[in-house]
Amino acid sequence: MIEIRWHGRGGQGAVTSIEMLALAAIEEGKYAQGFPSFGPERRGAPVAAFNRIDDKRIRVRSAIYNPDVVVVLDPSLVGLVNVLEGLKPDGTLIVNTVKSPDEIKKELNFKGTVVTVDASHIARKELGVPITNTTMLGAVAKAIKVIKLKSLEGPLKERFGRLAPRNINALKRAYKELKISEAA
Amino acid sequence: MKKKKWPETWRTINPGCMVFDAGNARTYHTGSWKAERPEWDDSKCIKCGICYIFCPEGCITQDENGFFRADLNYCKGCGICAHECWPGAITMVEEG
Amino acid sequence: MAKRVGMEVGIAAAEAVGMCNIDMAAVYPITPQSHIAEHLSEIVADGRIDAEFVTVESEHTSISCVSGASATGARVYTATSSQGLLYMHEILPIVSAMRLPVVMGNANRAISGPINIWNDHSDIMPQRDAGWIVLFADNGQEVVDLTIQSFKIAEHKEVMLPICLNMDGFQLTHTVELIEFPDQKKVDKFLPPRKPLATLHPDNPVSMGTLGMPEIYAEARKSQDVALINSKQYILQIWDEWEKMFGRRYKPVETYRADDAEILMLTMGSMGETAELAVDQLREKGMSVGLVKLRLWRPFPFEELKAAVKNAKLLIVTDRAVSFGGSGGPVYIEVKAGLYHEKERPLIYNYIIGLGGRDVPVPCFVEMFEAAAQSAEKGIVKDYEYYGVRG
Repeated sequence: MIEIRWHGRGGQGAVTSIEMLALAAIEEGKYAQGFPSFGPERRGAPVAAFNRIDDKRIRVRSAIYNPDVVVVLDPSLVGLVNVLEGLKPDGTLIVNTVKSPDEIKKELNFKGTVVTVDASHIARKELGVPITNTTMLGAVAKAIKVIKLKSLEGPLKERFGRLAPRNINALKRAYKELKISEAA
Repeated sequence: MKKKKWPETWRTINPGCMVFDAGNARTYHTGSWKAERPEWDDSKCIKCGICYIFCPEGCITQDENGFFRADLNYCKGCGICAHECWPGAITMVEEG
Repeated sequence: MAKRVGMEVGIAAAEAVGMCNIDMAAVYPITPQSHIAEHLSEIVADGRIDAEFVTVESEHTSISCVSGASATGARVYTATSSQGLLYMHEILPIVSAMRLPVVMGNANRAISGPINIWNDHSDIMPQRDAGWIVLFADNGQEVVDLTIQSFKIAEHKEVMLPICLNMDGFQLTHTVELIEFPDQKKVDKFLPPRKPLATLHPDNPVSMGTLGMPEIYAEARKSQDVALINSKQYILQIWDEWEKMFGRRYKPVETYRADDAEILMLTMGSMGETAELAVDQLREKGMSVGLVKLRLWRPFPFEELKAAVKNAKLLIVTDRAVSFGGSGGPVYIEVKAGLYHEKERPLIYNYIIGLGGRDVPVPCFVEMFEAAAQSAEKGIVKDYEYYGVRG
């Protein structure tokens, strides 16, 4: 089972991300959960959301304490919240930033795998707005390896309708443009 | 008055205590409760119908001449009609 | 064909209601039930089903409104949570006494105060004696299945009772997961239109909600109690029918690795599956543990519970609510009383867990099993304990 924690801000679409990822996994015949950090919704406040993906039926329903992957949608959150909290030492950190993976590794003193992508730039170009949730899904699909990029297209089409092609372009660009620095 | 008959056991109660025979209150002659009955002085009656409206039992009806009478099988003798009749056409008269 | 989809469980609950040919719904939104209210109103507004969605100003009105509609013969649905359910409390016993087959979803949430919107079972427990059939779902699939089954159970001519289906707020309602939706044609076959015993209609008048004098009240209450107790056999019949048509089996008391277990834990709702993982871990270490999951809270399945625990030495009952000043959590009190007359009965412990959204992960269940086993070994007799409370 792979456990993922997403960091974003209220209104940035972290909840949409977890839903799209769960739907894509389910479409592939896997089992998945997607759930927000439970509670009131507050625009702009740092929020977290979660995914579990497995080949077997998932029974656990408690919170995720030791994720395999952490995704950061908003570069300003690094430093504001402890994005590494509970992340497995050999886990993967995926950050929307202009910085390189090695810079992030050094900055956070993290020895696992770091993936960076300038999702804000891609989103601004492809969608016209700096909302990075769908863009970051492309990076996540590549980094976690358990989901095919193609599987995300169906759920995105269903959710975004006529805006889907632009979101899918953003997704594909992130998939291609991301930078990876593997665990030491 | 015939004593009210209750269902014999809990088994014979209709689900939800529903009453299926509509209008069965007709068989319950509340007229036996009264100690006084209303009497109309038609010379004072202006046929306004306020007695008919206020009767809680709904037992007052209008006759072919437009005057009002209570069905004494159901009239409980409460006197509300006499109280409300502002021309003073109704008097409560002791039974017996 | 059954449809395998990923969907948020709250949305799925509304979709399931949409498959049940309802005539009318009145749902007042409240966290964490809101997605059910919103999505069901969308299903009606989009014309996907031919039903009235009445927008009401409170839960007192939503339950009154669906009851009135139910009395006219309509198939009705409502849903609520927490304070909303408490606000309905006055009407709940009237719905059951009038034998109206109202189906209600309850997204379990703590009650105030302190004000708390997160999950526990303190909203449904005060409704224990309202005379409703009360069910608990473990996961999204069960929410969908039990919602559809609930209409058939509630409307069965020998049952005619309202049903409250409990689904843990957030843990279930806000989780996107895999759900298999049954085929609409098969659902239509399983759930034909409602055939009410009587309806409020001017052409064929009946009286409902009548006065009960002291000479009749006790008989009326007994007949209602018997109706609720007897409903279990029809619930079992309908679950059999469901299994034959849709393949999934439902039981009043579900068990997991419990047959030969010396130590059993009892859960209700979505924590059951998390506790299963603790059972697996402890079994691997050689500990004889198992799980009993209570699905049917009312009518309480005494026979099934006795059968499930008869070989156990220790039974750990978990409660998600407090009975202030009582002898333990409400589930514990019920279970203990239900086993009192048994010659052979396990030692019973009670942990109050997961209040107001407090997370209970697998290691906590493991710890509860181990701590209880140690106390039991020493022969310690004790009543309830708040698990994991600081201080």
